[in-house]
Amino acid sequence: MSTVTDTAPVPATRDDAGRPVKKRREGANVWLSLLAWVVGILFVLPVVWMVLTSFHSEADAATNPPAVFAPITLDGYREFFSGGASPWPPLLNSLTASVVSTIIVLLLSLPAAYALSIKPVRKWTDTLFFFLSTKMLPVVAGLLPLYLFAQYTGLLDNIWLLILFYTSMNLPIAVWMMRSFLSEVPVEMLEAAQMDGANLVKTLRSVIAPVVTPGIAATALICFIFSWNELLFARVLTATVAETAPVFLTSFVTSQGLFLAQLCAAAFVVSLPVLIAGFAAQDKLVQGLSLGSVK
Amino acid sequence: MTSVAEKTTVESAPEPPATARKVSAWARRAPLLPALVFMIIVTQLPFVATLVISFMDWNAYYPDERGFAGFDNFVRVFTDVNMRDAVWTTILLTVGVVLISLLLGLGIALLLDRKFRGRGAVRTMMIAPFLVVPVAAALIWKHALYNPEYGLFNGALTWVWGLFGSDNPPQPDWISNMPLWAVIFSLVWQWTPFMMLILLAGLQGRPLDVIEAARIDGANGWQIFRSMTLPHLRQYLELGALLGSIYIVQNFDAVFTITSGGLGTANLPYTIYQIFYQAHDYGRASAAAVVVVIGTIIIATFALRTVSSLFKEESGR
Repeated sequence: MSTVTDTAPVPATRDDAGRPVKKRREGANVWLSLLAWVVGILFVLPVVWMVLTSFHSEADAATNPPAVFAPITLDGYREFFSGGASPWPPLLNSLTASVVSTIIVLLLSLPAAYALSIKPVRKWTDTLFFFLSTKMLPVVAGLLPLYLFAQYTGLLDNIWLLILFYTSMNLPIAVWMMRSFLSEVPVEMLEAAQMDGANLVKTLRSVIAPVVTPGIAATALICFIFSWNELLFARVLTATVAETAPVFLTSFVTSQGLFLAQLCAAAFVVSLPVLIAGFAAQDKLVQGLSLGSVK
Repeated sequence: MTSVAEKTTVESAPEPPATARKVSAWARRAPLLPALVFMIIVTQLPFVATLVISFMDWNAYYPDERGFAGFDNFVRVFTDVNMRDAVWTTILLTVGVVLISLLLGLGIALLLDRKFRGRGAVRTMMIAPFLVVPVAAALIWKHALYNPEYGLFNGALTWVWGLFGSDNPPQPDWISNMPLWAVIFSLVWQWTPFMMLILLAGLQGRPLDVIEAARIDGANGWQIFRSMTLPHLRQYLELGALLGSIYIVQNFDAVFTITSGGLGTANLPYTIYQIFYQAHDYGRASAAAVVVVIGTIIIATFALRTVSSLFKEESGR
């Protein structure tokens, strides 16, 4: 067989044999693309459903089969913002805790990453792995001592305690991320700056900062997301004054009867900052979440 | 690079005064110290406190009976059926979520590693679950999806059965019927995007010319996948499994929200939270925490070895 096809009419038969294969592959490609779309839609469906339900009336939200095309209303949001306890204090608490802890994390991690990448200290890998190992310790083991400490110092229900904890929670991630971004700074640029007699602060500001600014932004967004999402410690360490948005969400469901639209509105409002931050950092999300090891 | 630089400085200045060397070493260390000291104080001191409390009789309900307990708390932890169940639940939950989301993530990453219309849109849709606040996601799954009366799942069943003219669709009570799976599925939904992103990054780092060469040599898709793509992805799979495990072992939000730890879904973080927050038994909660930390250290040692091997490959610095 093969000897026959390998002789004179080769181009023709190959063409003939090649085309169906190619066609079949194109056909498969269409199906695979369709599959990708179906999977994507399935994964985003709960989010879409949450948003859609939040714009329905409570009666339409609790129907079976689902009333997809029910009239749109803002009642769920109205009820969430002005129905019972105001969500603004918890939202502001979350914002304070996330933003302030993120700023402290950046202030601590940037110089630390500098000392671990650009001018590495001795045994810098050990230090780096010390930071990572703290991330592996179960946080629940630190819960009780932190609670007792807060009780004795009167810091219970104080947002600064959460800020302290969120800083320690995110610092290892930030150090790893920053190290990976800083190691992208070309060494020649640093040497040139040093030749010009620039000191540490000046080098940081004028040589390193411009190169790593996108990285700093991504680190900040990821630290913000993790702090904003945190539930366990916020629940144990805060009460009415320093309550954060996730805690508010859990306490808000229990009592009410027909609440699905309102719940979806609440869940969407609380998730909105994370959705925005996450999509803004989309390109750097992998690098951040993999602690800088995947580029 | 740096080692070379160090050598040359040593050679050019044969005997730098010891004090100067010390000063420069400290100058190098200085930027690191604030972060390092902060981490040691905030993460290591509490653990020492936990260790001390774990040997104490300390229940907030009986403040007068505080004292030294020896190994009593540990004995109670090891003989407690709930704790043993919690260990098992934690393993099932973590392994289940990590494995399923890795496999799904791999499949989806392969689907997205091709050019097609709307690839960016599908990628964005895929990321969305990861960007919903975990508590909010758990609440949505519990009330808007799993609810037996008006949840989307049973609603969809009613709709599909209605299409075939049946008005008697199955309406399972998802959470009561399969509580652990209910928690697992909601977490798989949140973590698959994470795995997909890591694996997609891995796929895009494949040496395409080698694969093209293999294809010209007549290797089919499966052969290429098995003997080229998969080995290349191995370290990314390991990384995804490791990071996923770090986060999912500690999961509290989903268990707390969807089942409140009932129906055999209480994992270790939830159980310890309960001993501490509801039973106020500080001694026993600390002993449980110490046991969990020791267990974690054993597992983490292996895990860290994986990361560090990855890390050495990556950075030739």
